[in-house]
Amino acid sequence: MRDTWDMAWIIAKRELRAYFATPLALVFLTVFVALTGALTFYVGGFFDRGQADLFPFFAYHPWLYLLLVPAVAMRLWAEERKTGTIELLMTLPITPVEAILGKFLAAWAFIGLALILTFPMWITVNVLGDPDNGVILTSYLGSFLMAGAFLAIGSFVSTLTKNQVIAFIIASLICFLFTMSGLDLVQNTLRAWTPEVFSTAVASLSFLAHFQRITRGVLELPTLIFFFSMIVFWLFATVISIGQKKAQ
Amino acid sequence: MTVLIEAVGLQKRFGEIKAVDGISLRVPKGEVLGFLGPNGAGKSTTMKMITGFLEPDAGSASICGVDVFEDPKKAKSLFGYVPEGAPSYGEMTPRSFLSFIAEVRGFRGADIAERVAASVDRAGLEPVLDQVIDTLSKGYKRRVGLAQAILHDPPVLIMDEPTDGLDPNQKHHVRQLISEMASEKAIIISTHILEEVEAVCSRAIVINKGRIVADGTADDLMQRMHYHGAVSLRVVADRADAAIRALSGASNVVRVETVGKPNGHMLLRAIPRQKEMAAAEVAALLRAQNIPVDELYVERGRLDDVFRQITMPADGGADA
Repeated sequence: MRDTWDMAWIIAKRELRAYFATPLALVFLTVFVALTGALTFYVGGFFDRGQADLFPFFAYHPWLYLLLVPAVAMRLWAEERKTGTIELLMTLPITPVEAILGKFLAAWAFIGLALILTFPMWITVNVLGDPDNGVILTSYLGSFLMAGAFLAIGSFVSTLTKNQVIAFIIASLICFLFTMSGLDLVQNTLRAWTPEVFSTAVASLSFLAHFQRITRGVLELPTLIFFFSMIVFWLFATVISIGQKKAQ
Repeated sequence: MTVLIEAVGLQKRFGEIKAVDGISLRVPKGEVLGFLGPNGAGKSTTMKMITGFLEPDAGSASICGVDVFEDPKKAKSLFGYVPEGAPSYGEMTPRSFLSFIAEVRGFRGADIAERVAASVDRAGLEPVLDQVIDTLSKGYKRRVGLAQAILHDPPVLIMDEPTDGLDPNQKHHVRQLISEMASEKAIIISTHILEEVEAVCSRAIVINKGRIVADGTADDLMQRMHYHGAVSLRVVADRADAAIRALSGASNVVRVETVGKPNGHMLLRAIPRQKEMAAAEVAALLRAQNIPVDELYVERGRLDDVFRQITMPADGGADA
């Protein structure tokens, strides 16, 4: 087990260095921070609400992740397959689980960094008023967990194709379905022609519903289990898919 | 001799196509085995199975006695592999890339720099050590792939077309490197360049349509050539008839072929009854008739011809 984490860490370090080898990483971080800011202030009406909380800030995270997380995830495996480095990686003394974990953790840490860089938001709200910092912390944690779940989906999709653009689009689509599944729009349609159990099951898979519970300051075990099992499930799917697809 | 690489009955299908159809081989220490074969013959697929990248439908492979599919991590630590095209992470520099490989290979601390320095030295990478790999020439990229494979000084080396696309100097350098390491390792290289087999391989296997169709030293393979041991000679065109008559009369000549007529000369080829015929004998025969010979040599058989003959039987048969 120790070996697994050691090896995953070596892979993750290489991945992170690769992110910053090109200006793309900085572009991504800038876009993320700028967009969260713009959405909070202009669309979310941060000042107009007259409340010292970061609710309008976190409310847009699922929608931002919908586009930005697949952008990070798309290259994870598609690029390795396209350039043939996967053959190198998989013939080194590394297990697929170590490689998949290492790459996933690097991407997750990268998104974590993007989240941390939004700290001016937290400072702003603390200067302006007296917010519940406990709720803000749980929200950050929840946002990070949700990003991990999106990322695990993206990691799986990235193994399916050598084309990063296709990986991006499909991953965005799947993430979109998981986000939307709890909304009335989807639920009403489902209820019209499926049994109650089914529509409830679909609703319980909604990232949005789980995330909204967190942003209200409620960090419950089921929510934690939900996001973690999402991550484990999709990473497991990645392991299976890599085994099948690596040589094609 | 210790067998370091062993494959038994490897088989792989891609849909309807049998890419590899029962390949078995053993490579002892000190041997450089050349994998020959036309494109699509199954060379790369066989290598991918021996290195554990691809799961075979049937059969097994082991490195130094460790089964590649039962204990992949251990087996993978015992060989170095240069996949086709020598892929590496383009956004890294050779130094950072090789350091990463060293770390994955289990080296820590000062050992990393030491290992990297040694393999950089061997592969001749010093001039580009801190340049981004994507910006390197094909020759240097190939050397990065090579440096990566020899970094941990493995007992087994497997290289898929290590000299493909290199210029003659670079090819020479890579071959020299392989020859230097040959005595202490078991090496497999695949190639479709036949001179390479003569230059570096102590044994060659010819693969066609997923099966081994020939196995032996470069010399053995050339023995299989139809013209092996024939004597080719060049005489002035107007004495050609006389020469043909003289040679056809000789006891150990089966027949005489005319090969071509460049610049007022005639190229002839005398096919011997036994496999070997002394060039001196032919020369003496012609001198007795006062026929001047411009050029005379014994055909060793070119590997190119052997290759064609083995991998395209219909074509080769018509030629002979």
